[in-house]
Amino acid sequence: MKVLVTVKEVAEPDDDFAIEGTDIAASDLEYDLNEWDDYAVEAAVQLSEAGVADEVVAVTVGPERAEETIRMALAKGADRAVRVWDDAFEAGFSDVAAKVTTFEAVVEAEEPDLVLGGVQAADTGFGATGVALAERIGFEHAAVVNDLEIDDDAGVAHVHRELEGGVEELTDVDLPAVLTVQTGLNEPRYASLRGIRQAQRKEIDAKDLADLGLSAADVESALAITSMYEPESESDAEIIEGDAGESASRLAEVLREKGVSA
Amino acid sequence: MSDVLVVSEHRRGELREVSREAITAGRELADARGGDLHVAVIGGDVDAFADDLNRSGVDAVHTVANGEEFDHNVYQTAVSALLDETDAGIVVIPNSVNGLDYAPAVAEEHDLPLVTDAIGFEYEDGLTVTREMYGSKVETTVDVDGDRFVLTVRGGEWAPAEGVGDAPVESAEVDLPESGARVTGFEEVAGGDVDISEADVLVSVGRGIEEEENLAVVEELADALGATLSASRPIVDNGWLPKNRQVGQSGKVVTPDVYIAVGISGAVQHVAGMKGSDTIVAINTDPNAPIFDIADYGIVGDLFDVVPELVDEFA
Repeated sequence: MKVLVTVKEVAEPDDDFAIEGTDIAASDLEYDLNEWDDYAVEAAVQLSEAGVADEVVAVTVGPERAEETIRMALAKGADRAVRVWDDAFEAGFSDVAAKVTTFEAVVEAEEPDLVLGGVQAADTGFGATGVALAERIGFEHAAVVNDLEIDDDAGVAHVHRELEGGVEELTDVDLPAVLTVQTGLNEPRYASLRGIRQAQRKEIDAKDLADLGLSAADVESALAITSMYEPESESDAEIIEGDAGESASRLAEVLREKGVSA
Repeated sequence: MSDVLVVSEHRRGELREVSREAITAGRELADARGGDLHVAVIGGDVDAFADDLNRSGVDAVHTVANGEEFDHNVYQTAVSALLDETDAGIVVIPNSVNGLDYAPAVAEEHDLPLVTDAIGFEYEDGLTVTREMYGSKVETTVDVDGDRFVLTVRGGEWAPAEGVGDAPVESAEVDLPESGARVTGFEEVAGGDVDISEADVLVSVGRGIEEEENLAVVEELADALGATLSASRPIVDNGWLPKNRQVGQSGKVVTPDVYIAVGISGAVQHVAGMKGSDTIVAINTDPNAPIFDIADYGIVGDLFDVVPELVDEFA
């Protein structure tokens, strides 16, 4: 079977950051592979190593800078990658439907049997693209998967969905399907030096909207971010000052007052 | 199209609290739009749930008796049928694991804008949603184009709807397609030898510990204080501590006398599991970490410097 893994390069703010307009200043952001997607890549590569997947294709919607991130997916074992970008995406915040339209076009070209992606992106935290994509392309789906076993002959994915409060739901999902992957599903590998070298030779197919038969109007967003601000701290914490020894000594006093002792 | 449809949530025979919170959010939207508030109860003991959800401000309750537990096909199909049947153009769904298993499909099916994980909103000429970004470090306002949309609301942000309502309860018939996803059971995963929810004092460790072998640092502190060791999600994801030690939304909810968060930033999913603690102490290098917002006492510093000193204080 063929597995498509959706990955995103996410921005993480430094401890100290400034807000410029409706986003964090670019100089205060670091970019990395989305943590949830790292688990999705690992799941796909494990399916490949187990002989279940014949090909693993990573796909991202991101600017040229994102090649570094998608190359990480290649270094970890994805066979090739597709990167979609277009000036239209620079216009503002893409909503779920815009991303789904883009991925739909990639799915039509690639015809995967299984699509894996992270539960959510660490920066925007919508947690919706995978399930919406499944609806659009007519695949089955399961959200927040933390255990996965594929029975290729039966055409079924046996999954656990991680519910709140330490309860997991056991579900059988017919293939083809979109599964959104929760952290903890597996142990994402570090890319080996050999993997990184091999990734340099793997293909990253850069496409714009026209290449996918789409236009800017197809990815117009119904959402706009109109402001960004640091939430007012509701903290009434007593911050204990001093060096490590002094602050530990004061904290020990507080803890004893609260009745803590061995 | 000015009506609002709120979809309730239940699990294993119990309504979830967020259902009544979603009713409050839905009522606000219905007031802003001058429309009616419909509440959907799908699956399980629909009559008992309908009774519980018939609160002040609810104009109609719709029950769809189908199956005991959540099934995203049933929910999507039922919501679609109710959107056709009623005048609702706005759907409010709890932002839960199950909510996110069908809300995006509903939005996609009906070509409606979707905003997830709302923590607040205003409705004047249109909807402006407040939500967090960058792991709770910032809040944003998001404007929605159009007067029909799907909104998922975070638990704990709206007061649960109170009062006794007298809305009519109507049973809706829904034709279900054959489902390609079948729930076969449930598993409790947080059991085992330790019940962290019973502990009076918890020393809880997070990502700041960096390496598995550094866990000894916090284990010593727990020993010195006669405390139980717990953890935030990344520690359990890494397999450094078992699942029954995890505090948070997907782990245990704890309310000890004293909760000491060591190297935990305080993501919303974690805070949901420990904010009811009597006294919260946070040790973290990042002064902007959200954990300090709910802490009673904080030390901005390196846990590897502070914790050994604290152990010495109790030696």
